[in-house]
Formats: sequence, C-alpha cells, structure tokens
Amino acid sequence: MSQNTHVATEPHSLETLVSDWSTDQEVFKKVQWGKAMMWIFLLSDTFIFSCFLTSYMTVRATTMVAWPNPSEVFALTLFGENIPLILIAIMTFVLISSSGTMALAVNFGYRRNRKATAYLMLATALLGATFVGMQAFEWSKLIAEGVRPWGNPFGAPQFGASFFMITGFHGFHVSIGVIYLTIIALRVLNGVYDRNGKYEVVEITGLYWHFVDLVWVFIFAFFYLW
Amino acid sequence: MTTYTTIAEDTRPLHHPKTWIGKYVWSQDHKVIAIQYSLTAVGVGLVALVLSGLMRMQLAFPGMLEFITPDAYYQFVTMHGMIMVIYLLTALLLGGFGNYMIPLMIGARDMVFPFVNMLSYWVYLLSVIVLMASFFVPGGPTGAGWTLYPPQAITEGTPGAGWGIIMMLTSLAIFIVAFTMGGLNYVTTVLQARTKGMTLMRMPCTIWGIFVATILGLLAFPALFVAAIMMTLDNTIGTSFFMPAIISNNVALDHSGGSPILFQHLFWFFGHPEVYIVALPAFGIVSDLIATHARKNIFGYRMMVWAIIIIGALSFIVWAHHMYVSGMNPYFGFFFATSTLIIAVPTAIKVYNWVLTLWRGDIHLRVPMLFAIGFIFTFIHGGLTGLFLGNVSVDVPLSDTYFVIGHFHMVMGVSPIMVVFGAIYHWYPKITGRMWDTMLGQAHFWITFLGVYAIYLPMHYLGFLGVPRRYYEMGETAFVPESVHLANVGITIAALTVGAAQLIFFYNLIYSYFKGRKADPNPWGATSLEWLTPDTPPAHGNWGPDLPKVYRWAYDYSVPGAAQDFIPQTTPPGPDETPHDH
Ligand code: HEM
Ligand SMILES: [Cu+2]
Repeated sequence: MSQNTHVATEPHSLETLVSDWSTDQEVFKKVQWGKAMMWIFLLSDTFIFSCFLTSYMTVRATTMVAWPNPSEVFALTLFGENIPLILIAIMTFVLISSSGTMALAVNFGYRRNRKATAYLMLATALLGATFVGMQAFEWSKLIAEGVRPWGNPFGAPQFGASFFMITGFHGFHVSIGVIYLTIIALRVLNGVYDRNGKYEVVEITGLYWHFVDLVWVFIFAFFYLW
Repeated sequence: MTTYTTIAEDTRPLHHPKTWIGKYVWSQDHKVIAIQYSLTAVGVGLVALVLSGLMRMQLAFPGMLEFITPDAYYQFVTMHGMIMVIYLLTALLLGGFGNYMIPLMIGARDMVFPFVNMLSYWVYLLSVIVLMASFFVPGGPTGAGWTLYPPQAITEGTPGAGWGIIMMLTSLAIFIVAFTMGGLNYVTTVLQARTKGMTLMRMPCTIWGIFVATILGLLAFPALFVAAIMMTLDNTIGTSFFMPAIISNNVALDHSGGSPILFQHLFWFFGHPEVYIVALPAFGIVSDLIATHARKNIFGYRMMVWAIIIIGALSFIVWAHHMYVSGMNPYFGFFFATSTLIIAVPTAIKVYNWVLTLWRGDIHLRVPMLFAIGFIFTFIHGGLTGLFLGNVSVDVPLSDTYFVIGHFHMVMGVSPIMVVFGAIYHWYPKITGRMWDTMLGQAHFWITFLGVYAIYLPMHYLGFLGVPRRYYEMGETAFVPESVHLANVGITIAALTVGAAQLIFFYNLIYSYFKGRKADPNPWGATSLEWLTPDTPPAHGNWGPDLPKVYRWAYDYSVPGAAQDFIPQTTPPGPDETPHDH
C-alpha cells in the first residue's frame, strides 16, 4: 500500500528496499505486533548472551592458571565406563528435540488443531523441565567435586565463575520458557485463541523457545567443546 | 482463518478505566505514563543538581561546608554523574518524551503493549528508590565515579565499596529491565502502529531520533547489564571476572586472573552509545522546534534521517576512545580515533542543516526557539572540543582533566538539557492546555544559557593547565596558579546562579498549570499530528473514533500559494499540488 509512486525504470534494489520498508502503517506487513516485539527482544537478548560469552573468552585468555579440561570435568561414569561429555550430549539432545515438538505445535496451531497444539506445547515444556533437571544434577555433581564460583580443584577459578554464571543465566531462560509454555498451552487448551483468533501467540512462544535452544548450541560449543 | 487487520484499521475503542487510580496511578495511558516518568526523572535530577552545587562549593571554598569530606565528595561526583546521565536524561527523553510523543505523532491510540509500558514505569521507579536508598545504607553510596571501574569500585578504601556499590549495580540492572520493557514498546509502535499514510519518511524528526535512540538502548544496555552482574558476583561471592591479583594494605586479596580492562570495554560499549541515546532524541526534537518556529521545512530531511541512522550505527564502533589511557593496544587507538572522527561527518551535516533551516527563515524568537538556538551554540562548542579528545595524542595530556569535564558537560549535559527545556515549553500548551509566562521563560533562558557558558568555558582553561577531574581539593599544588582558585570561585557562583534560576522554570510551569491562560490547540501553527487532536490535552485514546489520515510530510511550512503558512499533515493534496513526497 505504498503511497510512493515510484516508476522504476530499472531495478534499484537498495532504493526499492527502502521504499518497501517505509510504506505506511507497518514495516513488516501482516506481522502481528507481538511477533515483531518478540524478535526485537530476542535481538536485545542476543547482545546479553554475546557479552557473557565474550567476557568468558576474555577471562579465559587473561587468567594465569591453566583452564580445566572440559572432557574430563564434564565426564560421567556410567556402567563402570568413564564417558566424556555424555550428560551434556543427552541434555543437548533433549533440548534440540524440544525445538522439534515446538515447531510441530506451531504448525498445528496454524491448522487450528487445539488439542494437538496444546499437548505438543506441554511436551515441549516437559522436555525443557527435563533439561533444567539434568542441569541441576550437573551442577550438584560439580559442586560435590569442589567446583565453586571462586575456585575449583581443576584449574583457573574463572572456570567455575563463568560456568555457573552462564549456564545459570541460560537455565533461568529455560525455566522462564517452561512457565511461559505451560501458561500458553493451557490457554490454547481452554480455547482462548479459538475465540480471539490470535493463534500467532503460539508462534511467538515458539520464537522464544527456539532462541533459547540456539543460545544453548553456542554455550555448548564454546564451553564444552573448546 | 481470521483476516488480518493492522492496528490503524482496528476501530475497536480502547478499554477506558473508570476509577481515579486506574486513570492516574496504575494507568496504561501512554500520556499518563509519560508524565509519571518525567516527574520522577526531574525529581531525581534535582537531587543530582543539588549534589553538583555541593561539589562546586567544595571546589571554590575548600573545607567551608564541613560535612563534605573527601569520601562524601566522591560519592557526590558518582551519584551526580550517574543520575544525570541515566536516571534523568535517558528516562526523561525516552520514558518521558518517547512515551508522550510516539503515539501522538504517528497517529496511534496508544503504545502496542500498554500493560508492559505501565510496568516499565513502576520498575523504573523501583530502580530510583533503590538508588536513593543507597544514601542510607552503611558506608553510604558508592564513590567509585560514574564509570564504576574495578578494582577500586569494590576494594576497601573506596567509599561505599560494600553496600553502596551493590545498591548501585542492582539499581542499574533494574533500570535496564524497565528500559527494555518501555523500549520494546517504542520501537514496535513506530514500526507497526503508524496510521494510514504515515510512511517512515513522513515521520517528524523527533520520532526518528527517539526511535533510533531506543534501538541503541536495546543493544547497548545489555553490556552494562552483564558488567553489573559480573561485578556483583566479584563483590559478593568472590569470583574474579574483573579482579586481578591485588595486594591491598599488605594483604593479598582473594582474587586473581581477572581483567579490569574487560570491564572498561563492557562499560564503554554501553557508555558511548549512551551518549547518543541522550543526543539523538535531542537532535530530533530540536529539528522540529527549529522548523516550526522558523516556519521553514527542515533543510535536507532525508539527510537528517540518514544522519541519525548512520550516527546510531557508528556509535557502536567508537567506544574505546574513552580508553586511550587504559594501556590497551596502540593500534586500537588508531582504529578508534578514525571511527570517532568519521562520526563527526554526519554530525556536522546535522549542524549545517539546522543552521541552513534558520537561514532566511521567518524566525519567531519564542522561548522554545531560544532554547533550540541555544542548543546549536552549546552543541557546536561541545562538538569542537570532542575533536580534540578524539585524537589519541591530544587526548593523552587532556584525559582526566577539567577539559574533559567541560567537553562532556557542553555536549551531553547542557545541550540535551537545552532541548529538554525547549521541548517542554513547546509542548506544554498541548500537554496541559495552558500557556506559560513569556517573560519568565525568557529570563529562564538567558540566565541558563549565559550561565552555562560561565560555568563550562573556564573549565576548558583549567583543563589546559592540567587541573585533574575528580579531585576533592587542589591545595598548594605547585603547578596550579592562583588564577585557578579565582576561576573556581567564579564557576561556583555561576553554577549556583544557574541552579537557582531553575526555580523560575518550576514556578512558571506550576503557576501556569493553575493560572495560565487557556492555550490554543495549535498555538505555534505546527503541522504534525499531535497538534491536531480533537481535545487539548488529548483524551485517552487520543483521536476519538477515527484515526487521522496522513497525506504529507511534517514540514509543509510557508508553502508558496497556500492559504496559511503551514499545512497540517492531515490535509489532502490540493488539485494542482504535486505532493512533496519523501
Ligand atoms: C548546573 C549543572 C551542573 C553542574 C554545576 C555540574 C557540575 C559537575 C561537577 C562539579 C562534577 C565533578 C567534577 C570532578 O570533580 O571531577 C561533575 C561531574 C559530572 N557531571 Fe555534572 N554538572 C552539571 C550538570 C550535569 C549534567 C546535565 C550532566 C548530564 C550528562 C552531568 C554529567 C556529569 C558526569 C557524567 C560527571 C562525571 C562524574 C564522574 O567523574 O564520575 N552534569 N559535574
Ligand atoms: Cu564516546
């Protein structure tokens, strides 16, 4: 619905980009405001996690003491075998799977399938809660082994500091997500969005959830694999 | 499938609260929230003003006020700086003006998410309460300087190293949460809730400035947030993010391996964009004040918009010009000096365009215009000294002297404050429906404008002499000539005069609110939507049943052949008018 009457003789891609964006009412056409707002929030949150990860890399580079070896610290003894990174592999698998159930929920939402949407969202929340539970287990194991924010037996004290801070902040995001998912799932089940037609709320919740998963991939890569 | 309706097409009326509390306390109306934000910000700003007066007393008459101990002086410096920058200017320009102006100027009924907008204010109030509470905790507020550099911010010997700093960091974190809730609203509202015909390139510069500044805030505050969390952890549970191994009073502290420079990077990655969070709304507002009161279209509207966007983007790659003396890699200095000087280009374009807008305009020297022109002066002066400090080799001797104090007070203290005053005088008739007193307004302007020059010009001279900033007193220091003491007395007299002159302003506003003459709905003959509301002050929902429809940009002033010297944005194009479309 551009008010501009541009008669383009040849494609000026930059110019048409600007004029498309600057039409009246909405920059993102047919995008409900809540969805736009969630994207912007996630952009801001990306900066928070980037600052955390950059800071972690900086202190890892400045500290004088050797960094603990992640494949030893994060190993778990299962059935008498010492398997490196096994817990974290399961946790990552659980969280990635939850992104799958979430994507399905969004799909069923747009098909107006109330029950399937709600149950898939609840399944997502359950997977998320499982992740947080396993994280709690991981934390208590490390704490039992003497890892503290101010020091640990394996090496640089910044290890424990960064670990608890960053995984804690991420776990907090997951926990918020679990609550958020549960609330929206119950509202779906009660038919709130059938009545007001705002099924995109499911998608907005999904955006948040996928973001939290994506961040985990980075934390996983930078913390456990490096 | 339900059909999609844009916000501008949605004609359902807003939910109107019935009770007094619903209307004025737990209000979700952007205008009420704006007033709440503004009053709180100005209130806490007055605390900062009083603190600056106390500091000036100590500098001019050392020891005269006995309660100003060295510790107290540092606490005053810190609280003054932090309050002025964040709790006054950021909150007032975005929470206050942003809230009030965005829905009105783009033709919306309210923000997209009024409930969160309301929460934003209450969380902001909480952050202010925590900040003020730090005056009363054991040890008092932090005296680490507004930059809060570790290690000294949390080591013994710095005032407020125990409770004070934690209160400060907590308050900042709360503020950031509040800002985010408001900021998401401002950005999304501008993007998705404009009325029919309101294209981006028809938005008044005010909205452009506020919009880009809010984006900067959403991307810059995260760095401060993270830094605040890490410093809190260092201080409370003994992590070592920012703390290297330190021996303090012959005792080795329980820290090692952290990086103090990391804090500086995080702080200034926030801190420099913060300068533009304050400056860009001021740039935008002043453009509109100048165009309206000079009865001319703003010179180079497109250029003005692009300059705002480019300045906003560049502001993220100049932060380390605050760290030339931190011992970072010298090649960084080269990079950051270059990027800093590049920012001067779009900034200078803006200044030229303001001046060219005035050029041969039909200038009405009303009080808002006086402040707008005052801004051009103070901003040019602050900007020129910025060129000095942007160059590494010139900055090194000037760093941490009164030259820096003079520079940033001119550019980010006085200049935005000038615009804030101009904007208040400009929109007061719309906000309250009353007119202020012209004589008082002029007195306020002249005392403030001349006064700030009397305060800050001599500071540049002190800086050249090498007088350091954040010093409690200079004593009998050999390199400090007698003239410094004289200048300090003069500065203090000017500062106290300017401070007292603000009483004229408050008297004017309060008196006129009750006794001023009824204001015309559009007293300045302005074109933008906020002047075209059916009610003055605008009612809840702003527009009555139908939203306005926009046909032109906001700068159709003195159009040849038009009946009046302004054409409101809602006037359809005449039969033989080629629309001036941007
Ligand atoms: C009448 C108005 C003002 C006066 C008299 C004043 C005076 C002062 C004084 C005396 C200092 C401390 C100098 C030192 O010992 O290092 C200071 C610092 C500062 N002022 Fe102001 N000021 C005023 C307004 C403002 C405004 C509007 C801002 C907003 C940006 C501002 C921001 C700061 C900052 C950021 C500092 C640095 C604090 C620090 O070193 O940690 N001031 N001011
Ligand atoms: Cu800067």
